[in-house]
Amino acid sequence: MSTDYQYVPEPKLVKGDHNFGDITDLIAKTPLSPTPKLWYLAFGLANILLLVLLGAIGYLIWEGTGIWGLNNPAGWGWAIINFVWWVGIGHAGTLISAILFLFRQGWRTAINRFAEAMTIFAVMCAGIFPAIHVGRIWVIYWVFPIPNQMAAWPNFSSPLLWDVFAVSTYFTVSLLFWYVGLIPDFATLRDKAKSKVAKISYGIAALGWTGSFRNWWNYEKAYMILAGLATPLVLSVHTIVSFDFAVSVIPGWHSTIFPPYFVAGAIFSGFAMVLTLMLIARKIYGLEDIMNIDIMEKMNLVLLLTGNLVGFAYLTEGFVAWYSGYIYEQGIFWLYVVGPYAWGFWTLMFCNVVTPQFLWIKSIRRNVVATFIISIIVNIGMWFERFMISVASLATDFMPSAWDYYSPTIWDILTYIGTFGLFFTFFLLFLRFLPMVAIAEVKGVMPQADPHNYDENNEFEEAKTEPVVVQQEQTV
Amino acid sequence: MESENKQVHGVLAEFRNPKELVDAANSVRKSGYQDFDTYAPFPIHGMEKAMGIKESPLGWIVLGGALTGMIGALSLMIWVMGYEYPMNISGKPFINYPIYVPITFEITVLLSAFAAVFGMLSLNKLPRFNNPLFNVDRFDKASDDGFFVCIEASDDLFAEEKVSQLFRENGASHIETVYDSE
Repeated sequence: MSTDYQYVPEPKLVKGDHNFGDITDLIAKTPLSPTPKLWYLAFGLANILLLVLLGAIGYLIWEGTGIWGLNNPAGWGWAIINFVWWVGIGHAGTLISAILFLFRQGWRTAINRFAEAMTIFAVMCAGIFPAIHVGRIWVIYWVFPIPNQMAAWPNFSSPLLWDVFAVSTYFTVSLLFWYVGLIPDFATLRDKAKSKVAKISYGIAALGWTGSFRNWWNYEKAYMILAGLATPLVLSVHTIVSFDFAVSVIPGWHSTIFPPYFVAGAIFSGFAMVLTLMLIARKIYGLEDIMNIDIMEKMNLVLLLTGNLVGFAYLTEGFVAWYSGYIYEQGIFWLYVVGPYAWGFWTLMFCNVVTPQFLWIKSIRRNVVATFIISIIVNIGMWFERFMISVASLATDFMPSAWDYYSPTIWDILTYIGTFGLFFTFFLLFLRFLPMVAIAEVKGVMPQADPHNYDENNEFEEAKTEPVVVQQEQTV
Repeated sequence: MESENKQVHGVLAEFRNPKELVDAANSVRKSGYQDFDTYAPFPIHGMEKAMGIKESPLGWIVLGGALTGMIGALSLMIWVMGYEYPMNISGKPFINYPIYVPITFEITVLLSAFAAVFGMLSLNKLPRFNNPLFNVDRFDKASDDGFFVCIEASDDLFAEEKVSQLFRENGASHIETVYDSE
């Protein structure tokens, strides 16, 4: 056997035969061309759902949280489920843009802008729920450490307050990260735009970016530092969200596996949501060469990995319940399996543990329709996971005499559906007016971008000609 | 005629690909020019060596932000929980450091991120909306598929003819003089 190994070149990240100009045209044409009719239709539907949300919140503020299905002992219902679910969805964006950036994963460039936008809008949807859940939303500013008329200060030892800091920091840093990534692309749109309004608006957003290397040098440093900051941040946010549960004494909540388990679940659901949205957008906007099947397969592998981590966490929960010898913990786990919410438990087992196993098969990982279906099922499954954690643990706590069955009211359902209106309203605006793929970053991972590829490679050679010297009068 | 009362900002040359741009930057630096910059739609690897750029000081700015956040958050919580508004929660100590970790971490990250973004913008002297380079029509390509070098008139060695000659030797595809707007 020969010790020589065969050199297998990496598959190209951007499929097809594109040069830098093609990439610009492919991505910049969407924000710069007239609005398609389909967009108006989708935007109208999203706006109707947004009105549903505003109506449901308005009625909640008018009437109080009694309109929800909350009871004793289930004081945390759909609002907290939806909060954790939406925050979890958001995590894929930061994971793709920060963690994969630090690991030098070039394939992230195809989806990072998209996923970051999803993060920001998902965190907005998430933030609504704890805010309206406080009941008296007009005093929500009490959560901030500002002296108020009662000279009272928030309790910094409460995990619920940690949440306030975690989620607001997460939102702000994601927004900064997103905007910094957008600056060079705003400059591209400014230079490509024909209409005056577009030129001026993109010009202001681009802050006068020229593409100067001295600027790129500081920019790359800033981007790397932001990625380095966002990486522990994204892990901390869902860890702190899990503290909301784990720091209490409720059986089924009081568990040390919660932080890693929540983080894995968040990435699992977030990747599923990116896949759902990406598979639609690449079709509509003709970005199949950039958001290609290879990238979908890599995302499916992340889905498979995190899905199995989540499955392992369920197993550990059962094992710890048995091994702890703590009857309340054993009781709650048994009630998950056969109790009043067993339908939820088995739904989540099917969605989160069984479904991702199909991704071991390569042909399913590379199949668009199958991936789309799996991504939807995973999103549903992750919602049920949060449902089981919040409701099943609370409703069947220590004393059977205190137990009560929780079911949502129409207002719970309308508020949840309404947040999709908020999400899609912003997401459609993003698709319409901003470059949905990071133009500069995609160019940077193309083989033509590396000066060394020109050294001994005739593929990129261009014929040299005498320079054109532009006359001075023409520069006015 | 108009051009006579305009200040020359510099000479801009376009190159065909990143490799030519790096080579051109190398030879511009070797010719002794200081006030020059290269423009490309994406950051090019190895350009910092070709241009002789020093490490960005941004890390120190971010460290400043991080320390401000950390010390600020800790002192706020110690003051509020220990002195201003002490609350007895399950008999735990008023100043209870472990519970300050999550918020301290978050505020540290928050202020570091602000320092990174605003530090980067101020190091790059942005926002800046008027730039003589924007007077050049071809310069639109710098955010698309163009690779440019500009030697600025502020450089001590600057002489229009000599600079154009240097670019020509390096195989520029376009050479153009840039004027200030005023």
